[in-house]
Amino acid sequence: MTAEKQILICEGTGCKSSKSHEIREKLSLLIDEKGLEDEVSVSFTGCHGFCAQGPLVIVKPEGTLYCKVKLENAEEIIESHIINNTPVEELFYHDPKTGLKIEKYEEIEFYEKQKRILLANCGQINPEVIEEYIETGGYSGLRKALAMKPIEVIEVIKESGLRGRGGAGFPTGLKWEFCYKAPGDVKYVICNADEGDPGAFMDRSILEADPHSVLEGMLIGGYAIGASHGVIYVRAEYPLAIIRFKKAVEDAMKHGFLGENVLDSGFSFHLKIQEGAGAFVCGEETALMASVEGKRGMPRPRPPYPAIEGLWGKPTNINNVKSWAAAAWIFKHDVKSFREIGVEKSPGTAIFSLTGKVKNSGLIEVPMGTTLREIIFGIGGGIIEDREFKAVQTGGPSGGCLPESKLDLPVDFDSLQAAGSIMGSGGMVVADEDTCMVDLAKYFLSFTQKESCGKCTPCREGTLRALEILERITSGDAELSDIDDLEQLSKIIKDTSLCALGQTAPNPVLSTIKYFRDEYEEHITEKRCRARVCADLMHYQIDPELCIKCGICAKVCPVSAIPGSKETGYHIETRICTRCAMCYTRCPKDAIFKFPGAGEQ
Amino acid sequence: MSTIKNVQNILQKHNSEPSALIQILNDIQVEEGYLPRKSIDAISSELKIPLSKIYGVITFYEHFKLIKPGKHTVTVCMGTACFVKGAKQLIQTIENTLGIQTGETTEDGKFSARRVACLGCCALAPVVQIDGEVHGQMTPAKLQKVLNKMIKDEETENEGDVQ
Repeated sequence: MTAEKQILICEGTGCKSSKSHEIREKLSLLIDEKGLEDEVSVSFTGCHGFCAQGPLVIVKPEGTLYCKVKLENAEEIIESHIINNTPVEELFYHDPKTGLKIEKYEEIEFYEKQKRILLANCGQINPEVIEEYIETGGYSGLRKALAMKPIEVIEVIKESGLRGRGGAGFPTGLKWEFCYKAPGDVKYVICNADEGDPGAFMDRSILEADPHSVLEGMLIGGYAIGASHGVIYVRAEYPLAIIRFKKAVEDAMKHGFLGENVLDSGFSFHLKIQEGAGAFVCGEETALMASVEGKRGMPRPRPPYPAIEGLWGKPTNINNVKSWAAAAWIFKHDVKSFREIGVEKSPGTAIFSLTGKVKNSGLIEVPMGTTLREIIFGIGGGIIEDREFKAVQTGGPSGGCLPESKLDLPVDFDSLQAAGSIMGSGGMVVADEDTCMVDLAKYFLSFTQKESCGKCTPCREGTLRALEILERITSGDAELSDIDDLEQLSKIIKDTSLCALGQTAPNPVLSTIKYFRDEYEEHITEKRCRARVCADLMHYQIDPELCIKCGICAKVCPVSAIPGSKETGYHIETRICTRCAMCYTRCPKDAIFKFPGAGEQ
Repeated sequence: MSTIKNVQNILQKHNSEPSALIQILNDIQVEEGYLPRKSIDAISSELKIPLSKIYGVITFYEHFKLIKPGKHTVTVCMGTACFVKGAKQLIQTIENTLGIQTGETTEDGKFSARRVACLGCCALAPVVQIDGEVHGQMTPAKLQKVLNKMIKDEETENEGDVQ
């Protein structure tokens, strides 16, 4: 007998970090104590994508969503909601716009405006129970595919118009076809789960919450291409994703979806899970394959493309986690349903990790063609504390920053590229007036500079020189001509680097110069950082009106730059101050303020 | 278990396959906390891979550590979301409190400070990982409190040792 009610606890990395598993154990214990086992079941799910509100608990069938649940709330949920049928209002989602408390999952603006297809199972099923995946229609796509000829499977993907979700947007069907047609008996498929973009976590979430969808996609791809071996390359920083995927592989083996003679079709498929070791460049396909072979993850020139000469020199097809999951979705449903979502040239959905200075941050899925404004101000609920929006960064270190004037841009592969950014793997970080655009460009470039593998000169040396120019600008030692030099150098790096890392590394620099040139100029000519971020171009002052002369600032200052006494009050010696922000963060009355400009020296 | 015995078990698990080098190194690091020279020598002679090649691989990947980490590791996530939400100030807090830069270990071997590209908990930004546990929505004041407590606990433990 299945229980009437279900309590689902999110155990994605985010909620688990707030000890959601302890809440589950407590709930189970209480259910047992009260003898409610037959009426209520307690289980866990993967990530819902609404991590900032976590730990999340859902009660089905009514669809009540409890946010920021604490261990001590467990009793209340059982007593009030389960026994007395009165949901606990205190734990409802609090809408930052209207101030209202909202009970139902699907009525929250964050979810209401999404179109979740690849994330449909995330947060709804237990990722470690294969039966739950099968109940949602899981592995029916594989059955459908196995009943077709491999080339027909490829035709379906081609017709669907699916484009690679890893960022570049290359047509997936075409990629499969290249590999299918490549001569050779031994072929490989690889799932790229080396989610390197610092600011994106959808691949992790899908692997944690719905691992079988990725596995099913890989099986379909392997069958279509003629590969009997697959590799999934996962970042070692994602331990939970690895555990869940391993479990999925074991269960799929037991059910005959994986291994020799899959579902009596004569097709055999074996899968290996490989952990990455923290190198951003390994997201590049040739570097990833070198890493799988146990070598330094250095990219090599293409052609030959992996479809002809890939892993161990054999024809290989690499797709991103989301592309594999999308392939499975298309077979589980049909081409028409897929094409009905999104826009003509980019059908389907886009998944973003919406983070930074937005009210609702989390993982979202929207039809391609949704505008940035709908995403940031609709789903995201606008900017924290209703501050001014400044820019949105998409595509991580390979992407760019777009200003307010681009907010009505419909988001798809081509439109973002035309505007100077990229879709990338889906990072979307919102910046407000407190974010310095030069500093942000410097942040991304220092990341790519550090991650440059060093093989080709433009990337190795070019990114370093560009970073030096940015250092000069943010420390007030630059000249106006430095901006032009930086632009020119960036273009050269883009044009002459060996792999996508170098070819895209200057994007954050170029897009910020394009849209925020005045901020660059202000740093140079006025020696002023308007966002009050660049240490050399800002200063702190104590507001004597607000100050209560407690002396904490003077005590915590590591360079004794705050003289004064409890009688006379305190002031900051700008000359000595290192802008470490210790006083600023520790002041109990928030009486210390940041000002643009270096201050009196 | 001795280091060498450990290495042998791990090699066996991977059928002494040279292409599994990264996995082997990973497993050793999980066991030992870092990659001791002795283990690297053992891999080299067992798999017949020159030391230079192995070091080439180790130094290429950020994840591998050649120096023994401190008893506690405090890692600041420097992903974009954490960055725009003030990860730099968290690094300052750690550096000021522990007196070391990220990438270093305190002289007494108690604390290591690290920065990581992204932990993938972006919606909880800014994030600090302390001994493997993720702490979301961090502030310098909260972090300071946690660090102070850890330092104090270590001191009491030391006193206990003396007595």
